[in-house]
Amino acid sequence: MGSIPTSHALMLAAVLFLIGTIGVLARRNLVFVLMSIEIMLSAAGLAFVAAGSKWHQPDGQVAFIFILVVAAAEVAIGLSLILRINHYFRSVDSDEVSLLREESDT
Amino acid sequence: MNVLFYISGAVAIISALMVVTRGSAMHALVNLIVSFLAIACAFWTLGAPFAAALQIVVYAGAIMVLFVFAVMILNIGNEPRRRGGLSAWIVPTILAAVLLVEFLLAVSSGPRAPAGGVVGPVAVGMSLFATYAIGVEIASVLLLAGLVAAFHFGVIPGRLEDRDG
Repeated sequence: MGSIPTSHALMLAAVLFLIGTIGVLARRNLVFVLMSIEIMLSAAGLAFVAAGSKWHQPDGQVAFIFILVVAAAEVAIGLSLILRINHYFRSVDSDEVSLLREESDT
Repeated sequence: MNVLFYISGAVAIISALMVVTRGSAMHALVNLIVSFLAIACAFWTLGAPFAAALQIVVYAGAIMVLFVFAVMILNIGNEPRRRGGLSAWIVPTILAAVLLVEFLLAVSSGPRAPAGGVVGPVAVGMSLFATYAIGVEIASVLLLAGLVAAFHFGVIPGRLEDRDG
């Protein structure tokens, strides 16, 4: 029973990142887009941790902590933006909010 | 120990696929929590217990609470035709049960470290606050900026004036 091959962990990270990318590209609901971005960030963290565990260095986990910080800030701002968009447009569909400002509202 | 990594990886992939294919936001959230828990299990089998704990506490705890509240405020979780009763919850329940069995197996086999060796919280903390101290400062500035921006965007204009007046 040897250790887990780093390539397998990186493959898992790549598959998860791909699923998140598909979600960002395919879904029109902004909440789903944000959730898919969370999956992508998590997959990036998995890649860092896998690389850190290959060389037995803590740097991978440190990079994961920084990714965690970025994800927390991103999700707070993203969700507050979505709430604001929902307040203005009564919709969270990314096709309907392609304009930054309502044309009738000036 | 290796097989635990592959099981949790499969659970993570399946639940991530469920996230991007669900119609209801609340069902996708439940799947997303299971996906994060599975990734935390993968971290642990890779010899990163501190990252696994952070994944559960911050991702599956704090960030998911934000999502749940946002979905409830947006009121997009309860389309009537999507209300499938038990069938919407059965897959995340099964996946979470797989993770639970995995956890019980790992615990019952005694205090055995992952085969690749463990990088513990002490080493991470030493590296974080010595080598990457400037990164910690930048992260704190980023979190402050995120706090200010979230407050700025979160306040609906017009309602604040009601409160002040």
